[in-house]
Amino acid sequence: MLEVKNLKLFYGDNEALHGINLEFKDKQITALIGPSGCGKSTLLRTLNRMHDDNQNVRIEGLVSLDGKDIYQKDTDLLDLRKNVGMVFQQPIAFPMSVYNNVAYGLQVAGIKDKAALDAAVEKSLKQAALWDEVKDMLDKSGLSLSGGQQQRLCIARALAVEPEILLLDEPTSALDPISANKVEETLVSLKGKYTMVAVTHNMQQAARISDWTAFMMNGDLVEYGKTKEMFISPKEQRTDDYLNGRFG
Amino acid sequence: MDAKKINQIVLTAIKVVTVLVVALLIVIIAYIIGRGLPHMSLHFLFTESEAFLAGGGISTQLFDSFYILVLTLIIAAPLSLFAAIYLAFYAPQNKLTAFLRMVIEVLSSLPSIVVGLFTYLIFVVNFNFGFSLLAGAISLTIFNLPILTRNFEESLDDIDEAQMQGGLALGLSKWKTITSIILPAALPGLITGIILGAGRIFGEAAALIFTAGQSTSQVDFTNWNPFSSDSFLNIMRPAETLAVHIWKLNSEGLVQDATEVSAASATVLVLIVIIFNLGARALGANLRNKMMGDR
Repeated sequence: MLEVKNLKLFYGDNEALHGINLEFKDKQITALIGPSGCGKSTLLRTLNRMHDDNQNVRIEGLVSLDGKDIYQKDTDLLDLRKNVGMVFQQPIAFPMSVYNNVAYGLQVAGIKDKAALDAAVEKSLKQAALWDEVKDMLDKSGLSLSGGQQQRLCIARALAVEPEILLLDEPTSALDPISANKVEETLVSLKGKYTMVAVTHNMQQAARISDWTAFMMNGDLVEYGKTKEMFISPKEQRTDDYLNGRFG
Repeated sequence: MDAKKINQIVLTAIKVVTVLVVALLIVIIAYIIGRGLPHMSLHFLFTESEAFLAGGGISTQLFDSFYILVLTLIIAAPLSLFAAIYLAFYAPQNKLTAFLRMVIEVLSSLPSIVVGLFTYLIFVVNFNFGFSLLAGAISLTIFNLPILTRNFEESLDDIDEAQMQGGLALGLSKWKTITSIILPAALPGLITGIILGAGRIFGEAAALIFTAGQSTSQVDFTNWNPFSSDSFLNIMRPAETLAVHIWKLNSEGLVQDATEVSAASATVLVLIVIIFNLGARALGANLRNKMMGDR
């Protein structure tokens, strides 16, 4: 289980997240929404320590995965990121074959058995709803796929190492509507298998795919609840204003 | 005058200037090749040069030009690549980095003759290298580090940020992501950068006059022992590249057919540089296509 307690994040002296408390529901999709610059992507990136390379960032509070603080000194980053996969806005495959794109994470983790790799590649590509489209071209460059296919390849790449959590940073915003639709369908089909946290600008998308929604503004978590309830009757005035397009 | 008219005048002026520049370039190249081509032959390319008599070739100069190019790239390419990786992925955005970039800019605008004299004093005289291919290669390295570094950094910057993040998100270290994902993705750009740099190195003369020397030693192309003084592979022997050869023929050439040899040498030089440039484009595009697959 993934949980955030009183999480504060500073860029230099500037506090960008003001004590966030959030409990992500297992095996469901939680959408993080809010106006640009509200801190939703920043929050997402604390969950697999993507801020580690930025010396300007300081983090206080607790991010715990299955009861363990992921910011403890003895946390193995490879293990953590194996457990918490991530898919980004830009749908870009690694400059290698489709097969290697998916197998790479496993190979880095030390798995050499060809049969095991084959099985994992097939399983991951099937989960990402890409297998039928690429099964005859596994040795072609991943970069030769279309944008939507590359994004599903990125999802397969993240799934191959069998994570518990999948973080999605605006996974469809660089895609055309048809490709975006396929990626959404893929994500919905992964419910029940993975805990997913998705940052999105697209309110309809949040309503379509997520079970829970967290609405953020200016580094604060304003409201968190079941997506259906929040979209029909938000408890906070600010949520209501945002959902109805009165700002943002 | 209305905006439309001004627009038209400026546009016409730009077109005229562009045509003039291109025409000038074509005239220069046509002149060089037109003068040199009649004297070019296989015999010319593969015969050693003569000191006084007519009918000599440029075989040693041609070989030495390529050899010094390879030596330079062996030294310069890794250094530039590391510098570019540092600047693109590790350097913090602060005053020190800004200062480093400025130093690189200054280095790239140093006159090559100054770099040549510097190398002469430090390596040729002080470190006792003597006039040698190695000293020449070091001089060319100093002279080309900035360009190569900038070319490399540009091709690394072209790689989408998502590649780095994707690697990190899979749990790879930053260095591992750079070596296993970023560098392969940047390979077409890196190779183009090397070849374009090579064109510059190939045509350089001033930086070599005081470092690699102005005369060819007796070279034995059958001696494969690089430590033997007359071996063609010996990097401590003096060497005269094609560009230096042209300069020498025109300033103090004693051969009877100095004008013809010089013109033909210039033609060879220009043709090779053109081939480098076209080759760089073709190879870059080819690699890129291969990587993208046939979409």
